[in-house]
Amino acid sequence: MIRLFVNASSCFPDSKLWYNVAKMLKLLSGNEALALGAYHAGVKVATAYPGTPSTEILETIARFDDVYAEWSTNEKVAMEVAMGAAYAGVRAMVSMKHVGLNVASDPFIAASTTGIKGGLVVISADDPGAHSSQGEQDNRHYVKLAKVPMLEPSDSQEAYDFMAHAFDLSEQFDTPVLMRTTTRISHSKSVVEVDRSREVPTKQPAFQHEAAKYVMLPVHARLRHPLMEERLVKLAAYAETSPLNRVIRGERQLGVVTSGIAYQYAREVLPRASFLKLGMTYPLPQNLIRHFASQVDRLVVIEELDPFLQEDIQAMGIKVTGKEFIPRLGELNPDIIEEAGRQAGLLTGVSPRQVETAPELPRRPPLLCPGCPHTGIFFVLSTIGQRARLAKAKEKTPKEAKLIITGDIGCYTLGAYPPLLALDTCACMGASIGQALGMEKAGVSDKVVAVIGDSTFLHAGITGLVDGVYNKSQITIIILDNGTTAMTGHQEHPGTGISAQGKETRKVVLEQLVRGIGVKDVKVVDAFNMKGLRENVRTSLDNPELSVIIVRGACSVRIPKRGEPRAIDIERCNLCGVCLMLGCSAIQREDEQIYIDPMLCVGEACTICQQLCPRQAVAPQSKIAHKVTK
Amino acid sequence: MKKLDLLITGAGGQGIILASDIIGETAMAAGYDVKKTDTIGMAQRGGSVLSNVRIARQVWSPLIKRGEADLLLALEKLEAARWASYLRPGGIAIVNNQALPPLSVSLGNARYPNDEEIIGILKQRTDRYYIIEGTQRVRELGNIRTLNMFMLGCASLFLPFKVQAWKDSISQRLPASLRQINLIAFNQGRKEVKSVCV
Repeated sequence: MIRLFVNASSCFPDSKLWYNVAKMLKLLSGNEALALGAYHAGVKVATAYPGTPSTEILETIARFDDVYAEWSTNEKVAMEVAMGAAYAGVRAMVSMKHVGLNVASDPFIAASTTGIKGGLVVISADDPGAHSSQGEQDNRHYVKLAKVPMLEPSDSQEAYDFMAHAFDLSEQFDTPVLMRTTTRISHSKSVVEVDRSREVPTKQPAFQHEAAKYVMLPVHARLRHPLMEERLVKLAAYAETSPLNRVIRGERQLGVVTSGIAYQYAREVLPRASFLKLGMTYPLPQNLIRHFASQVDRLVVIEELDPFLQEDIQAMGIKVTGKEFIPRLGELNPDIIEEAGRQAGLLTGVSPRQVETAPELPRRPPLLCPGCPHTGIFFVLSTIGQRARLAKAKEKTPKEAKLIITGDIGCYTLGAYPPLLALDTCACMGASIGQALGMEKAGVSDKVVAVIGDSTFLHAGITGLVDGVYNKSQITIIILDNGTTAMTGHQEHPGTGISAQGKETRKVVLEQLVRGIGVKDVKVVDAFNMKGLRENVRTSLDNPELSVIIVRGACSVRIPKRGEPRAIDIERCNLCGVCLMLGCSAIQREDEQIYIDPMLCVGEACTICQQLCPRQAVAPQSKIAHKVTK
Repeated sequence: MKKLDLLITGAGGQGIILASDIIGETAMAAGYDVKKTDTIGMAQRGGSVLSNVRIARQVWSPLIKRGEADLLLALEKLEAARWASYLRPGGIAIVNNQALPPLSVSLGNARYPNDEEIIGILKQRTDRYYIIEGTQRVRELGNIRTLNMFMLGCASLFLPFKVQAWKDSISQRLPASLRQINLIAFNQGRKEVKSVCV
């Protein structure tokens, strides 16, 4: 589709005028399109907890003054706030990453049980390939558990259009709607024809007292269940003729049932096939599928992750294949579909691609940034725990690590990589504290330390700490307080004092919270004071009571305080390599010399390497005569 | 033009995403369908970044198939080598002559490939590779952060969009205070690649 005479202003310019201009082409990410679609559909309340790849949905909608947008403490609270808004009759949305829906599953299923009043759209952004997640769970399975309809856009245009459909469906069928995207939909940009402007909500928000609908006593809950089943039957009937599901007629030999990003890959690789492209993937349009199956010689399902569509179609008694040749692991791409298609005989005349063997190249994994406030404490834990070893000491047998360090979800999970090697576990939000308690109660002889970020602590660590106080734990909990939700791109949280919409608000003070729960031994330590970190960790470890250390230091990316970069005096440096053990990307070694990249070093704001160097070889750049210059 | 598949790569923090956004917006303004997607893993500074930009009358997949990219723009040499196999035979590679050794190299656990090895990897796909002294030039211009616009200037010479269209997209995406310096870098990039090509 060639498009001429378009206005290609950037996707979200400073000016707020463009978004109500009818008929414009915009290059939008899936997340931006979902937010704009919701805005134009008249959403009034939007909630979320940040999580890649969903974060930009709320960030985008928070820019509109006539929407209430909040970063909620966690996904469960986000779901409950959106649910309450929908009960009050306004359109509400809640967005999260796939594992966020695990946290929010209790109110999600409750909202399905009661139904809603104003439209409620729940966005789950899944992460096939686990680009930045602890797993690649397929959240499509949740809709069967919750008995709610599901829409899956396959590009930004559909993300924009489907939001309006989702709100309409929600209100028409009295149900939350799950909008399921994936990383590749949420984070890809494609052209969107923006052809609506905001439907301004006119109804006065009001709650109608209706105990049988909203108070889920067993006697009421039992009466809701048949309504949920009936709703699914009606939704399935709707799906038969819904514009969300489309047939694309091609050759008769091959029919492909597909949805989401897999549709784009399949169209690319199988340009001549017939397609049943499902935008609504639950409940399924059985008659439409049967009819489509009867029109083609061979029916296949191309879908990412689990055989969700395939199994339902097989259960209908239709002969269909898919996961026999399309991998169920990881993210799909056109190369994988092409190879699978070739092996399954869907593609003829295509020979396997000639790909030369890839040379061994050093990987470039993500790292803690130069000036990161987590580096110092991890170095301390790593050395006290006997994990850190100099590169030269490689041949020596490593000593048994002395501390058990349970970790959590955030930038600081990167502390598990060499050279710091400072984490033993990472499971899910808040788990560090509960896991540490469990290890202690199991009776391990080593000291147990839990490491958790400020945003993660507020999200899911508080209840673990309450458990530790109540059950007389002796562990040490280290809260890494960098004053932001850094991993997902620096979102505000209850401890920052700033709202999602950039306004000043009340601040939850971590040390007050921790003391209020009943912890006696609470210390607040500067993240860039190596001596202070070491002393405080030692005294806390020696304390036979539960202790909490709050390590405070601003994220170096967000608050780029800089000073004069440090440099290494090559006359003094004996290449011992202690500074390299920090894993700071500003400190590099080339040609048997260690130097600090002045472009990367944050200088005065950090100085950790300067504090560590046993030969005082690190100093401000201008004070060193013999330095390596690059 | 039937289709254009572009890969832009480098290390996190080099401005890859902004450069690829500007390519996408310029192509959309010229009336094409565009899809672009970034592979950034965990979005930390210092990791590998790869942007796919696809331009055609109609684009389906946002991801480019291996061996089908028409142009590879690399702001770092190791990343050029890493993604070279995505280039079609005879495609264009524009490589900034800068090495940012990953931590594993500094720790002595891995070796950074030398220039002959990197060129050897590029040559397996194409003879049309251009090694550009981008970092050096933008340092001379006075702002190393404009490297992405300088390299975009280099790439723009191989893409069928008007200079003014590029400048419009760049101006729209950058705050007024940074516009001028980035437009200068873009222009210098165009000049640089002309001198290398001839």
